[in-house]
Amino acid sequence: MIKFILNNNEVSTSLPAGMVLLDFVRYHQHLTGTKVGCNEGDCGACTMLVGELRDNALRYRSLTSCLTPLGNVHGKHVVTIEGLNMEGLNPIQQAMFDESATQCGFCTPGFVVSLAGFCLSEKNATTQNAIAAVDGNICRCTGYKSIERAAAKVAQLMQARQNTEPVAFVSENRILPDWFSGIKQRLQILRTALNGQLHPTDAVEWVGGGTDVYVQKHDTLKDAPIRFLFDDTNLKGINQQGNRCIIGAAATVTDLAESPIMQQHFPHLADHIKLISSTPIRNIATIGGNLINASPIGDLTIFLLALDAALILRNNDQQREIPLRQLYKGYKKLDRQADEQLASVSFELPRHNTYFSFEKVSKRTNLDIASVNSACCCTLQGDHIHDIRISAGGVAPIPRLLEQTNTFLKGRSVTDTTIGQAIAIAQTEIAPISDARGTADYKRLLLAQLIKAHFMTVLQHAEH
Amino acid sequence: MKNIDAYTHVRGESIYLDDIPLIQGTLFGASFGSPMAHGTIVNLDLSEAAAMPGVVRIFTYKDITGENQIGGIVPDEPLLSDQEVHFCGMPVAFVVAESIDAARAAVKKIKATIEPLRVITDPREAQALGELIIPPRTFQLGNTNEAWSQCKHIFEGRADTNGQEHLYIETQGAYAVPQEYQAIKIYSSTQGPTAVQRAVSRVTGLPMHQVEVEVNRLGGGFGGKEDQANTWAALCALAAHLLKRPVKYSLHRMEDMAMTGKRHPYSADFRIGLNEELKIVAYEVTFYQNAGAAADLSPAVMERTLFHCTNSYFIPNVKATAYSCRTHLPPNTAFRGFGGPQGMFMIESAIAKAAETLGIEASVIQERNLLQTGDEFPYGQKAQSEAPECWHKATELYHLTDLRKETTVFNAANKWYKKGLACMPVCFGISFTKTLMNQARSLVHVYTDGSVGITTGAVEMGQGVNTKILQVAAKVFSIQPDKIKIHTTNTFKIANTSPSAASATADLNGKATLLACTAIANRLKKMVAEELSVAEDAITLQDEFVWVNGQKTDRDWKSLVMAGHIKRIGLSEHAHYATPEIHFDATKEKGHPFAYHVYGTAILGVTVDCIRGTYTVDTVKVVHDFGSSMNTAVDLGQIEGGIVQGIGWMTMEEVVYDKEGRLRSNALSTYKVPDIYSVPKEIAIDFLQTPHDNLAIFRSKAVGEPPLMYGIGAYFALRNAVRAFNNKGYFPFDAPMTPEKVLMALYATQQEGIIQPHEETSKHLAVDK
Repeated sequence: MIKFILNNNEVSTSLPAGMVLLDFVRYHQHLTGTKVGCNEGDCGACTMLVGELRDNALRYRSLTSCLTPLGNVHGKHVVTIEGLNMEGLNPIQQAMFDESATQCGFCTPGFVVSLAGFCLSEKNATTQNAIAAVDGNICRCTGYKSIERAAAKVAQLMQARQNTEPVAFVSENRILPDWFSGIKQRLQILRTALNGQLHPTDAVEWVGGGTDVYVQKHDTLKDAPIRFLFDDTNLKGINQQGNRCIIGAAATVTDLAESPIMQQHFPHLADHIKLISSTPIRNIATIGGNLINASPIGDLTIFLLALDAALILRNNDQQREIPLRQLYKGYKKLDRQADEQLASVSFELPRHNTYFSFEKVSKRTNLDIASVNSACCCTLQGDHIHDIRISAGGVAPIPRLLEQTNTFLKGRSVTDTTIGQAIAIAQTEIAPISDARGTADYKRLLLAQLIKAHFMTVLQHAEH
Repeated sequence: MKNIDAYTHVRGESIYLDDIPLIQGTLFGASFGSPMAHGTIVNLDLSEAAAMPGVVRIFTYKDITGENQIGGIVPDEPLLSDQEVHFCGMPVAFVVAESIDAARAAVKKIKATIEPLRVITDPREAQALGELIIPPRTFQLGNTNEAWSQCKHIFEGRADTNGQEHLYIETQGAYAVPQEYQAIKIYSSTQGPTAVQRAVSRVTGLPMHQVEVEVNRLGGGFGGKEDQANTWAALCALAAHLLKRPVKYSLHRMEDMAMTGKRHPYSADFRIGLNEELKIVAYEVTFYQNAGAAADLSPAVMERTLFHCTNSYFIPNVKATAYSCRTHLPPNTAFRGFGGPQGMFMIESAIAKAAETLGIEASVIQERNLLQTGDEFPYGQKAQSEAPECWHKATELYHLTDLRKETTVFNAANKWYKKGLACMPVCFGISFTKTLMNQARSLVHVYTDGSVGITTGAVEMGQGVNTKILQVAAKVFSIQPDKIKIHTTNTFKIANTSPSAASATADLNGKATLLACTAIANRLKKMVAEELSVAEDAITLQDEFVWVNGQKTDRDWKSLVMAGHIKRIGLSEHAHYATPEIHFDATKEKGHPFAYHVYGTAILGVTVDCIRGTYTVDTVKVVHDFGSSMNTAVDLGQIEGGIVQGIGWMTMEEVVYDKEGRLRSNALSTYKVPDIYSVPKEIAIDFLQTPHDNLAIFRSKAVGEPPLMYGIGAYFALRNAVRAFNNKGYFPFDAPMTPEKVLMALYATQQEGIIQPHEETSKHLAVDK
């Protein structure tokens, strides 16, 4: 039995926990304000907010309900557009209305919900942050300029918040319905009542955030017995032990982006993360999922390969550690037993003379899958390369560490000739294919360019 | 005034097809599309699918009670394949089941054995084989043969544009509900309710008066639902007709993308000749339109390409020929601009080719050849031109000379970033080019409480047409907008409608509404005039009151209406409007097909990252000819949205088919439309008020399609930026200018291709070979 608060009502259902939230809300709860656009997390028409208690604080995040199984909202607060409606228009809706930021209206509830997510977040009240909140919402009518203007107004609404808790601020200021102020207590009661109801032991399918498996296997997952990993507290957390960073497999990309450890050691983290999917997807996509789905082009895989990350795989009481670079054995083939679970990922944090660079080019810069992505972790000693790892995605059946290229570069000084030779070696290590993301020729040229870009970044950082 | 739907839109309370509460007993459909682009079905095994739980019945062409035909212009498109399949995704069977999941699961169990036939994806190949949808057409002005000798400069070349997926966020769909006496009611997400009615009537064999089509609103259309909503409506109607149960089919995104046609890819050869003063003396162009597997609207799209082949320029000698080529792709269809953008891209490419070779700015040639009032279009109509005014205002208001200087300075100072500028003048003809379609009707009821209900043939899809129609009624009756309701579009209330298309919907339906409201108002005024024994023209309606000789009386709108009813004055009117003056003779390819033209000029600026091949569109600055805008909020939204959609077509939106005719860009993960980060940082719109009288509603010129073509400037701005980095390299006129094409161009050599071809080498001209 799944239980959660849907807007202002407690709901419970014995429908399969693998059913996606969108279908449940539209076709079983008959709340049709949330729209079906693409069923793969790429349009944002189905955006909902999910509130949950973390360290006794109520925290809201937007997500794509088309990829979220009911099992992942068990014991939480789900907010749809209907839950944002008050008498007349709420100020977010009023801003969209005043700026004519709606035309056909089909994407509009998703935008309003995402903007409400911004208001419920701890984000600074800037226009840029309000726009970032709708980076997963596609509108085909307006050309977004009117939506930008509405987002600026919404940011203004939040400027007086200062240090007030967002939920308290939006309910006190009539930005959202006042019953939001009672949700925290209701969730506490619900959580106590539910203690650990949701883990069928015969589960054959494991689901983390669902952002990849629900695109690939939507039909079969609906009725499958699923073990839900997303809320497993043993798999959460981003911590530092000595000079290593340890990330729980179910930590989300948003967790990564917001981690003080990561922010401290990767000064350009925000820019890198901005290139990876969208806010609602980052809110649910897990680090472990990105590695285990074995996409040749997973952004975090490429990121972590360059950091020479190590994985802990666990099977009941047994566990083993393997380097990430040895995980991929072939296209979507892993060095992992069926009952082995990825528990955590760890890597050595960059030292003061180690420079990290992440590059990704796709047809659309944001909210897209890379044509080619690449990361570089380079330790300089004077003007010599002491150590270097360049990884590349989209150029082989598996995400690749360019081992020969890296070996060649070690001990050399960075010159145009060296880079040119390295690129020539890299070309022998890759085997790109032509597909919707680009021709093989393009991918070859692009990787060469991204390697040049890495060195430009590394040298630029080293100079400062 | 804001869009009248905005209030319910922002609350999630607007009703779209998939939101209609279901009637008990409703069944769900899903279609089995051909897995192959061309072939003969030798065996279709439905047994396993039919045995799946929840499956009620599987329909094939054999079940069709009427005619297996949905082709509109040319009857060449079966609803369900009878033997041959002509494109991947062509409906072969239609499963109806108790649930959506059951229907989709059963589709996966259908097995078709198909003997493959030759697959053609390239329009030039189709043309060479004589595979044409209709005979070619040629528009001619002057005599190009004689004109070449007057040219100092002659340039030849080839240009290509790719298709464009509509990507309305609401997918296609229909819901058919059987009625008594065999009749059927269909809720459809269509821009053309009458087209759906005709298709259903033809397929089921029911007369049109038995087929009620109702449209509340669409979650986007852009042309994609002008003709291609018919298939799903006909499938649901057929099943509902035979099963006597309601049948609904709302397409999954991947079904929608795979089964429906897109904007037509075009390939063209051009030859352009200029004299010493850079006046274009002659222009010859041959268009190869990739029509796909059936005619759909391709002949009409092709015609508009010819109408717009000289864009905003006067060229005294023109010869333009177009071939509509039959390939094995889903039938391509209407898309905002309707062939016009492709015609314009080719002339702009020809001008760019001339400018690049001569080493001058394209804008020099563009400016020197702008249409003047009185100039003749290749199709015989004389221009009432606002082109020079738009151009000169844009270049002055936005300081083109300074922008150019800034660009030059920036490019000299930056090695790895280059800026590019382009001017894009636009001239777009308003009216359906098929004259008979330029008619509309409006049904206006004034109720005794003073409220007003209006039904027209217009379909609301976000473009704000209902808002404008409401404004017309509010103005004629001089009452508050909240007293007026625009009802759903329904074929039982308004018959024989033209689709909401060609940017003309507000004009046509607005004018019909104007006639209807005026007739009712005049009857009421006449009544008052007789009562008071004053002249009829002494009576006016103003701010909800009756005024006599400029003096407000104490009779308000509501009591006026009630008095009219008591006096048995007709408070309803059904009015008909047909655009005057327009005509076209297709045997001579001459006439006056357009009520008027819309003009404008955009200046676009981009920055290219020369390491990565990525880019940003920085500015789009426009002077646009609105006539006299009746709703600036709606019109601004149309312009901004149109520009971004046009830029999308020219930059990141890339439709990719493989050589087997299978769509590779078949989801939002592989087909990218602009997101909020990719739109121009600045879009500036100047509303040019043009003084001349015109045939637009309240002189408010149509605004739906023209702005899309400003986006074409993005291609040429990117081209200019790339050439600032690499002015020796060869790269073809081939849109879209994806980051891939930009990077390849940045590092292009004088020969075609830069890296030795590998086995996997492909060229993304609509077809990934």
